Amino acid sequence: MSRINDFVVRFANVNGTGSASANYLFAKSVFRMGVPVSAKNIFPSNIQGLPTWYEVRVCEKGYLGRKEGIDLMVSVNPQSFKRDIASVKTGGYFLYDNTKPLHEEFLRDDIHFIGVPLMDICNREFTDPRQKQLFKNIVYVGAIVRLLNIDTSIIEGLFAEQFQGKEKLIAPNVKALHLGSDYVRDNFRYPLEFSVEVRDLVGDSIMIDGNSAAGLGAVYGGASVVSWYPITPSTSLVSAFEDYAKKLRKDPLTGKNNYSIVQAEDELAAIGMAIGANWNGARSFTATSGPGISLMSEFLGLAYYAELPVVLVDVQRSGPSTGMPTRTQQSDFISAAYASHGDTKHILLIPSTPTECFDMMADAFDYAEQLQTPVIMMSDLDLGMNEHMTSPFQWDDNRKYKRGKVLTASQLDTLPSWGRYRDVDGDGIPYRTLPGTHPTKGSYFTRGSSHDENAAYSEDSATYVRIMDRLLKKLETAKKILPAPQVYQSGKNSDHAILFYGTSMHAAEEALDVLKMEGTPMDAIRIKAFPFSFEVSEFIELYDKVFVIEQNRDAQVRALLINELEINPKKLVKVLNYDGTPITADFILKSIHQHLIQPNN
Amino acid sequence: MTYIKPKFAHPRLPKNELGFTRKEYEGSLSTLCAGCGHDSISAAIVDACFEMNIEPHRVAKMSGIGCSSKTPAYFLSNSHGFNSVHGRMPSVTTGANLANRSMIYLGVSGDGDTASIGMGQFAHVVRRNLNMTYIVMNNGCYGLTKGQDSATADYGSVNKTGNMNSFEGIDLCALAIELGATFVAQSFSGDKGQLIPIIKAALSHSGFALINVVSPCVTFNNNQGSTKSYDYVREHNETLSSLDFVPVKEEILTDYDHTKVTMVEMHDGSMIKLNKLSPEWNPEDKLSIMTALHKAREKHEILTGLLYIDNQSTELNELLNTTSVPLNQLTEKELCPGSAILEEICRGLR
Repeated sequence: MSRINDFVVRFANVNGTGSASANYLFAKSVFRMGVPVSAKNIFPSNIQGLPTWYEVRVCEKGYLGRKEGIDLMVSVNPQSFKRDIASVKTGGYFLYDNTKPLHEEFLRDDIHFIGVPLMDICNREFTDPRQKQLFKNIVYVGAIVRLLNIDTSIIEGLFAEQFQGKEKLIAPNVKALHLGSDYVRDNFRYPLEFSVEVRDLVGDSIMIDGNSAAGLGAVYGGASVVSWYPITPSTSLVSAFEDYAKKLRKDPLTGKNNYSIVQAEDELAAIGMAIGANWNGARSFTATSGPGISLMSEFLGLAYYAELPVVLVDVQRSGPSTGMPTRTQQSDFISAAYASHGDTKHILLIPSTPTECFDMMADAFDYAEQLQTPVIMMSDLDLGMNEHMTSPFQWDDNRKYKRGKVLTASQLDTLPSWGRYRDVDGDGIPYRTLPGTHPTKGSYFTRGSSHDENAAYSEDSATYVRIMDRLLKKLETAKKILPAPQVYQSGKNSDHAILFYGTSMHAAEEALDVLKMEGTPMDAIRIKAFPFSFEVSEFIELYDKVFVIEQNRDAQVRALLINELEINPKKLVKVLNYDGTPITADFILKSIHQHLIQPNN
Repeated sequence: MTYIKPKFAHPRLPKNELGFTRKEYEGSLSTLCAGCGHDSISAAIVDACFEMNIEPHRVAKMSGIGCSSKTPAYFLSNSHGFNSVHGRMPSVTTGANLANRSMIYLGVSGDGDTASIGMGQFAHVVRRNLNMTYIVMNNGCYGLTKGQDSATADYGSVNKTGNMNSFEGIDLCALAIELGATFVAQSFSGDKGQLIPIIKAALSHSGFALINVVSPCVTFNNNQGSTKSYDYVREHNETLSSLDFVPVKEEILTDYDHTKVTMVEMHDGSMIKLNKLSPEWNPEDKLSIMTALHKAREKHEILTGLLYIDNQSTELNELLNTTSVPLNQLTEKELCPGSAILEEICRGLR
């Protein structure tokens, strides 16, 4: 069987040695050759010194999920030699720095060892101590480029782009690249039995991480006030917003900023600022991760009850508590959906790709302002921090922001009367006014205490119930405008179906293809928003069993489906990956097979 | 309950330059206890805004949770108000101000809301020099939960249940000066003559203006032994400065004693005429006021008046280099870079 364009390379490095950008060079070169590729950084919560891994899957068929089984391990970290060698597939390759000999106990006779004296080469060829360290990374990239039949000129092109404005760095990088490539040429048989061949399979795709895409989406969506508190893995989202805003949001005449960013003292202040800005009519958001959601909960309840728009991104990581801060999970669904005390319910958007991060981020401001309530985009570390192949972003220049029901001064003048929380249109969404609009009309007191339709404090039971019920009605309206689920149906209904969301998409789609090939095709649905629309319950109705694929321990979205749609729990089979690494198709298939053999286990 | 006051006003009530009567700066009927110091502060806010000809709708009233935080319902009913969550008024006000820098932000808070649960946000809003007036209605106790000591209760003071406070009270003025506040004043709710010009000056200040107002709690902290009772404050109030606020258009009478009177020019061109009552103290010198505050503390006195001002203050929007157009007025034209630039960005990602 041909192994062209179908293999996995894993890099084992020491954190903080600049390896991730070298490894990305390799992934990007495969992409430049027109071959689908996915790259995943599996890194520790550490600045320098601990082991870190980087996985690149090359897949002609276009599957972008993670895959188990390593064909080529590139290891420059003796700390993790033992487990790295153990993780290589039989018949696979282990490339290592043989400046120091490999201890015999590490050797395996069912894999190939490729020793490249990275340290020796760098010590000989470079004088600067920092360069000796950094260029080890480029030397091994050069070595694998030769082993996998990649044209060095592609990497050279990437250097030229990377070092624009710092051109003197290009020559030593090119030199290091060739040192690695030449060493393989002179010492080993190449290419390996798996390698890269040029194809035309990536179309007009781009490569970007979800956080950068969301940051850009916020610029396009009109966010002008951003407040945030640093937390992995959401930090790079706000950094991306800032980088893009610096270029795209400067007033051309004055050089002043058409945006404000404040690094808050904590997550409470971050969401408080975002709510204050939205109350005052600017589009504003904050980004955080699980611990931040816990801290922001009280404020989310205020925004829900006082009916204020606000956009929040939760780039999920492994919990509970501090958990594994640099590992991925989808484990904040329950805490986000019902964040805050009392009866609350929030809108969640669930992107699966950077393109959806861009689109949903821009749309989130429309939803929040139309519905006057918090909107939380549920990304995760895998989506947010890894570079993914994804379709290019698009924007309709005729698009107008949907600012929702906000009364102008002249509307206030002509209205016979107005009450902040009156349901005039029957859709559960009241009309709001912004401070400073009219000298004598439209002012009201925004409060988290119980209020009547005119925003006056009230402890009247009937009034309280009326307002609480209207808030539910508003969420019914939300279901009609939020993104509909994506349905995968063949027309001939299977007994079983699969339900998934977020970053499980690539692995789930791959599993669906395998099931089809195995002769047991299944239909599927991908959920993109909460509260769930009627399409979700209609879909689940059609099948005996639905496998609910999630990356958390407690089957959180399954719980939401049972709670919100009153589905019989026996119908929803849990498929749960929660070890902190992105889910794979193999894992999904194994779980499904197991259930089909022993349904009661 | 919020009670509705009659809207009827006598046609001959005096009007300000905008044609508004004082009544149009009032709010709903207060539901605080009869004699509460907070109501006097609300009245002083009404007077200050009326006399300064402020358009009520240009003011945003911000608050947290507590007796003090209820008061925005009792003044300026033509202004939007935001009663947020406990101790978090500063962050909500920061966001609101960044969204629209052209409005006046008037925050009211209490000693619990500021010095306990809200201490973190208070410290950081001071540090950022947010352009706002922050009034602390400071009574040294938690009224709504029936009189527990707050973090500003003085060491040794005795609360209504007879317990002595064995912790040091936090001096919000000294703290604010230390944190970089650019306008710090202290007053007493019973001294309207001093409080009104202080509020006017604070509203004119460009940057963070703190007014710590000792405001006795008649129900829980007006007993013998309390250092925040009417009697105690009247007896131990040491006035450091008396001041007049001189609006932009008014002519300043030139005939004054320069050794005793300091003129401070505000950002908008208005002036504060400050009568210094202590020769060692200079309102623009942090060291001298910190010394004065420490000395007063030793003597169990409360210094009142404008304590410190930095009239060269640079407020947050200026620090962030934000456009002068309020951000909430920007449209797709200024906010959205458009499809051509997006295509260019995508080209760079291939």
